[in-house]
Amino acid sequence: MADTVTVTINERKITAPAGSTILDAAHDANIYIPNLCSHEELAPYGACRLCMVEIGSREKTKLVASCIYEVAEGLEVRTETPRVNNVRRFVIELLLARNPYAPVLRKIAGDLGVKDTRFKKRDKGCILCGQCVRTCREVVGVSAIGFKGRGVTRKVTTPFGESPVDCIACGSCSYVCPVNVIPLKEENGVREIWNTKFELQKCTKCGRYFAPVKQLDYFSKITKLPKERFEVCLDCR
Amino acid sequence: MKIRNPKELEKLRNKLLANKDPQKPCITVCASSGCVALGSKRLVDVLNKELKERSLEKDIDIKETGCHGFCEGGPLLIVYPEEICYLRVNEKDIPNIVAKTVLNHEIIERLLYKDPATGKTIVKQSDIPFFKKQERLIIGANARIDPSSLEDYISTGGYSALAKVLSQMSPDEVIGEIKLSSLRGRGGGGFPTGVKWESTRKAEGEPKYVICNADEGDPGAYMDRSVLEGNPHSVLEGMIIGAYAIGSNAGYIYLRDEYPLAVTRFTLAIEKARETGLLGKDILGSGFDFDVTISRGGGAFVCGESSALFASIEGRAGEPRAKYVHATDKGLFDKPTNLNNVETWANVPLIINKGAEWYRTIGTEKSKGTKIFSLVGKINNTGLVEVPMGISLREIIFDIGGGIPKDRKFKAVQTGGPSGGCIPEQFLDKPVDFDELVELGSMMGSGGMIIMDDRTCMVDVARYFLSFLEEESCGKCTPCREGILQMREILDRICQGQGEESDLETLEQMSQAITDGALCALGSTAPNPVMSTIRFFRDEYEAHIRDKRCPAGNCKDLISYSINQATCTGCGACLRACGTNAITGEKKKPHAIDPAKCIKCGACIETCKFNAVEVS
Amino acid sequence: MKKKLKEIIKKYGSNRSFLVPILQDVQREYGYLPREALNILSQLIDVPISHIYTVATFYKAFSLSPRGRHQLSLCMGTACHVRKAPQIRDHLVRKLQIEPGETTPDLEYSFNTVNCLGVCALGPILVADGEYHGQLTITKADKILKELEKKERTTKKVAANEN
Repeated sequence: MADTVTVTINERKITAPAGSTILDAAHDANIYIPNLCSHEELAPYGACRLCMVEIGSREKTKLVASCIYEVAEGLEVRTETPRVNNVRRFVIELLLARNPYAPVLRKIAGDLGVKDTRFKKRDKGCILCGQCVRTCREVVGVSAIGFKGRGVTRKVTTPFGESPVDCIACGSCSYVCPVNVIPLKEENGVREIWNTKFELQKCTKCGRYFAPVKQLDYFSKITKLPKERFEVCLDCR
Repeated sequence: MKIRNPKELEKLRNKLLANKDPQKPCITVCASSGCVALGSKRLVDVLNKELKERSLEKDIDIKETGCHGFCEGGPLLIVYPEEICYLRVNEKDIPNIVAKTVLNHEIIERLLYKDPATGKTIVKQSDIPFFKKQERLIIGANARIDPSSLEDYISTGGYSALAKVLSQMSPDEVIGEIKLSSLRGRGGGGFPTGVKWESTRKAEGEPKYVICNADEGDPGAYMDRSVLEGNPHSVLEGMIIGAYAIGSNAGYIYLRDEYPLAVTRFTLAIEKARETGLLGKDILGSGFDFDVTISRGGGAFVCGESSALFASIEGRAGEPRAKYVHATDKGLFDKPTNLNNVETWANVPLIINKGAEWYRTIGTEKSKGTKIFSLVGKINNTGLVEVPMGISLREIIFDIGGGIPKDRKFKAVQTGGPSGGCIPEQFLDKPVDFDELVELGSMMGSGGMIIMDDRTCMVDVARYFLSFLEEESCGKCTPCREGILQMREILDRICQGQGEESDLETLEQMSQAITDGALCALGSTAPNPVMSTIRFFRDEYEAHIRDKRCPAGNCKDLISYSINQATCTGCGACLRACGTNAITGEKKKPHAIDPAKCIKCGACIETCKFNAVEVS
Repeated sequence: MKKKLKEIIKKYGSNRSFLVPILQDVQREYGYLPREALNILSQLIDVPISHIYTVATFYKAFSLSPRGRHQLSLCMGTACHVRKAPQIRDHLVRKLQIEPGETTPDLEYSFNTVNCLGVCALGPILVADGEYHGQLTITKADKILKELEKKERTTKKVAANEN
């Protein structure tokens, strides 16, 4: 198999690594496609449907999610057709109904010429892109949080909605959330996330709080290195 | 007992047939979920007791069979060899049936089918109009065999297709035969089965999986349940043949947990097949190994979608993934996987036994063979019908189905489940096949046909399917999860008389966006019931929106109940039935409904024997 | 409990891909999915509890809270829908004063709706404690509830006499 393939995006010939997604290929070529649920550190997911593009030749085209569809030699892609924009506008309106205020959503809506949503606002905050859940599972490797239920009642939660037993308070979920609805607080050597307080570790050299004890325990466990190694902050190491 | 090779299978079959006396009286009782719900298990108990008391156990056989299809007449009992068919049998009828019919060949008129057209009774099941236009290649055997008996299946020719394949055909020849037959997937999509098998066979990667999709989730469809309950070995035989052709040693059947009887019967079938060497290692001495695991569903419609089904078998929530890579390349556990539906598998032994050339003579140019439909809703002869492709909707609904109860007016037939549409009267003469139904804005689906009459509100039907899907959406992608909810809320408003003129255009625009944007077929086809009802019943939408009127008299906010003072006898039945004390009146004098208290539950209509309660 | 759970997972070769059937068996054993059981299961088959929680809340067949002594399932398939199942649902909601999916506070009744039981010919259908009741009407539904109550009273009486 060839290492690279040539595709056409918006009439422009582009060379992209074989196996990369349309979204990656487009962004590498400075062609912007809006997206919310994809992240370079995470496996392709294809849930938000903002990144839809139209592929195929004029007579026979179809819409695909560019964050999961892989490029192939000769593929023709159009990122701004009426059909594509119809879906994107619809999706952003639906997401605005869940969260009317998030700057990232307002920005995308503005780009698409959508001023406001015509749907009833429910103000749920979370837009269910799943970045937090997937980061916790795929990047951190602890799976402390997950989805509950299905359909419109689906939500992101800790098991049983209580203190997450497997959480190491690393804060990745909060950090990765595009609409900033996972609060994380730090005060007097304690980090609070998912309504749970986690003790922070004081650096044994400089004395400042630098990371949750549970996170350091987890590092020690997966690297099989002694705990003491992780009780010193990065600056002092 | 092990059957070590095709010859031994033949020997066993001959022995079974030789031991069978065709003149020996046999009473069969339908023991499918439907008839069991109507009390057929008790019938069997009483029958056994009766025969024991008369010391006739050895002279008369009793057999519990699968679904005959004529569910309207259940519980169903047939006395052989005369094939006398009794309907709606009560346990009190049993002593009479044994004494008169079985021992004295006397017919009990009262229990026979009475043709509403001629008023005449019909003795034999096959002479009942419901059965006459059918071609029962797949479900026909249901009535003759005991699904828990492997011997019964073998004696009717069972596993001879498997023996033929293993001893005389190469995998490529089997695929060639299935391709030639033009068999298309009965789960709804209509994809050519042989082509799918070939792709899986050619795909790189080991092991390969063969799966039977028995997650029959379309509301109003129960063909697969009946085949699994009534003739489980035919499905199993089809799977083994498919596995041999594809080169797979491991199979799954994904069976919905809402079908407990089907789970029991299929489990038994697998066990018996294993015991006899028809499943497992070195099947019939051919060196070919294959086994099947049952995976029970957990109550999620979306798991009928292939990638969600795989996720469920893998122990995860049933979330579909995009199908840009075919399951035939990367399916279950990311291995090449061939997924076919129950009815598709059940067709396979038939094609192998009788040949693709024969099979091709049934059906239309692009849709071959028969299709089983479940005929339900506002129809006289509710039940399962198996008909050749190409038969007209009218023949199914009126000739076989016997038309609409109480001589009401036919309005639409809904096919294709939540992905399908509603077909109005002007297309009743269209032939039924995969492509014609798509032309009509619907689809074949798995085979549910729900008949609707003039009392069915089409806006409400569209709303029904949306709320069904709203509950069944996995919630992963935005257009499906949020879009269906928003569409349903618009329909709610219309049904409440608060619709706006612009709603129809909004609905059409949203439909397009959901179809284009959703991740899987559940979402992308979700707007179909809305699109098709707007297309064919726009006037009904407009009546709700403009005139705030529900022509079918169904939508609660747009109707009111009243009692016809002339026909009311003052019997008081409605008064007692009313849960909100909305009905008042003196005994033997016409009653009245207080609209302020009435919640339009319909309890009064139900109880009134004089049709005095009116809806306007 | 651990012993029982071990027995269940042994049937499935401790294979975590059988999570759905394992949970079905657990539910059959206890009538619902007790939290403690899920936590133990998580350790036994080495699957994060968040994953089990996701699966247990995704499929409709599972219940995370104890269910009532009597189980009522009303079919809401299309055939039942056009034959007035929604009116019966509304009636039962009024009568039991719980929404579908809930259990009465006295733990007498659990009421839920199901999306097609495949017994469409007999619709509308109510399954009460495993027994199918077809061609249901509001009046018939009331009768079924009364029967269940009566059964309840007799068993209580018997129990009282035995004590």
